[in-house]
Amino acid sequence: MKKVRIGSGAGYAGDRIEPAFELAEKGNIQYLVFECLAERTIAIAQQAKMKDPNAGYDALLVARMEACLPVCRKNKVKIITNMGAANPVAGMRKIRETAHKLGLEGLKIAAVTGDDVLEVVKQGDFILEETGGKSSALKDRMVSANAYLGSQCVVEALKNGADVIITGRVADPAIFIAPAIYEFGWSMEDWNLMGQATVMGHLLECAGQITGGYFADPGYKDVPGLGRLGFPLAEVQEDGAFIVTKVPGSGGMVTLATCKEQFLYEIHDPAKYVTPDVVADYTKVQMKEVGKDQVLITGGHGRPKTNTLKVSIGYVDSYIGEGQISYGGPGAVPRGRLALEIVAERLKLSGVKFDEIRYDLIGLNSLHKDKISKTGHEPYEVRVRVAGRTQNMKEAVRIGNEVETLYTNGPAGGGGAWKAAREVVAMVSTLIPRSHVNYSIHYEVI
Amino acid sequence: MKLREIAHSRTGDKGNTANISVIARDPQKYAALARYLTEERVKEHFSEIVEGKVSRYELPNIGALNFVLYGALSGGVTRTLAMDLHGKSLCMALMNMDIPDDL
Repeated sequence: MKKVRIGSGAGYAGDRIEPAFELAEKGNIQYLVFECLAERTIAIAQQAKMKDPNAGYDALLVARMEACLPVCRKNKVKIITNMGAANPVAGMRKIRETAHKLGLEGLKIAAVTGDDVLEVVKQGDFILEETGGKSSALKDRMVSANAYLGSQCVVEALKNGADVIITGRVADPAIFIAPAIYEFGWSMEDWNLMGQATVMGHLLECAGQITGGYFADPGYKDVPGLGRLGFPLAEVQEDGAFIVTKVPGSGGMVTLATCKEQFLYEIHDPAKYVTPDVVADYTKVQMKEVGKDQVLITGGHGRPKTNTLKVSIGYVDSYIGEGQISYGGPGAVPRGRLALEIVAERLKLSGVKFDEIRYDLIGLNSLHKDKISKTGHEPYEVRVRVAGRTQNMKEAVRIGNEVETLYTNGPAGGGGAWKAAREVVAMVSTLIPRSHVNYSIHYEVI
Repeated sequence: MKLREIAHSRTGDKGNTANISVIARDPQKYAALARYLTEERVKEHFSEIVEGKVSRYELPNIGALNFVLYGALSGGVTRTLAMDLHGKSLCMALMNMDIPDDL
């Protein structure tokens, strides 16, 4: 019986590289998929592209290709990735250049474009999901708008013989399910099958998060060999059932518990998980351990895809200025509190203009505020943190400055002051009709 | 006892909304968890943090609940002033909830 083995080579832009090599070398996989495109990454990449038309793809593209292209070539593993970010065509050229340097030949590389809908969004007016406001209000500050493409574009590139496929914004599960659709010739209107496939893509898309990464809690949930954490692969059958596993001997583990945590990661209503390919239903999914580090997943369902596509819009929202300083030893908490009071008073006296401000004591209440964080005993050390939102960089810088001056103008024993100010590119989303979005595929052969 | 004794959890984020899974360590405990861990109790636990409503989804197929917390991320990952931009640590705040010893 035919099976397709699909490996997950990265779960985010900065992810470790060695596990992808390990999968290609020892995983007996046919496809290696790198998911590297967080929501905001594409907006920042778009800003880079505006400054340099050859920029705007993922910063680790070359490093990942140098590590994985030769072994993938040797073992006939095809690569699919969204590392094209805002500039898949420039990314494709970079892959060709890298392959050439590595002495590889006979490689067909495909770049998918068409997710960039900035002009469509600028010319139209769309309701923003988060605020209910209109996209036209952001017009002058908009830096990017990208539609989430479905798996069709990747399936088409595979049909045309591509060995490496680089895309911009394509829905995360879509780049994982495309090879299964292509290999088995699945109908993309078999909604239950698309729903089951989406579960597979969803479970793989964060790489190590299903093999024991982001899971360990000593004494409660122990994970072996985290230092050598291996990344997952799915062995998919023609009926859509699949086994999540990893390379034998790699660190980490695949268990019911690790699969369940990842299964619900970033899910809202589990009966209606909307992707460009299907509205997936997770409520009848069954998981069964069938061997060491092997979990069989069945029972994903689905309903017809919607008539719209989600679009992420990046815009320059504001500026954030921040400062930190630490206090330790006896009375650390009262000195930290005094420091926060001093900063608050000085920001007022010096007339720093901010829209929003936040005062934290790291070690005491910075993550979960006061009520939940109450333990009944004082920490030995705390770190003061002040962060404020401003309308320009100059004001943002002043916030960190007022924290740094605590050195010589604040409570006793402050140490390790740090400050920063940055522009905030924020994201909102909207839905646009599918008819507004058309993809293209570009090919190069080396 | 703490919820952590009988459940495990992970947080996800989308915009200004967090979701927190609560997965029974022992599937036999799922029904008791589902009875006790209501939307109201979770909303009250996060009263300082969550500005909007809390919705609960049941997944008896895997012995888990999924809580969706609206307005939980001070504006969301791309613009929040919070240090934990994604609110990824919130699952452990929920695991810190006191629950009856005989649940």
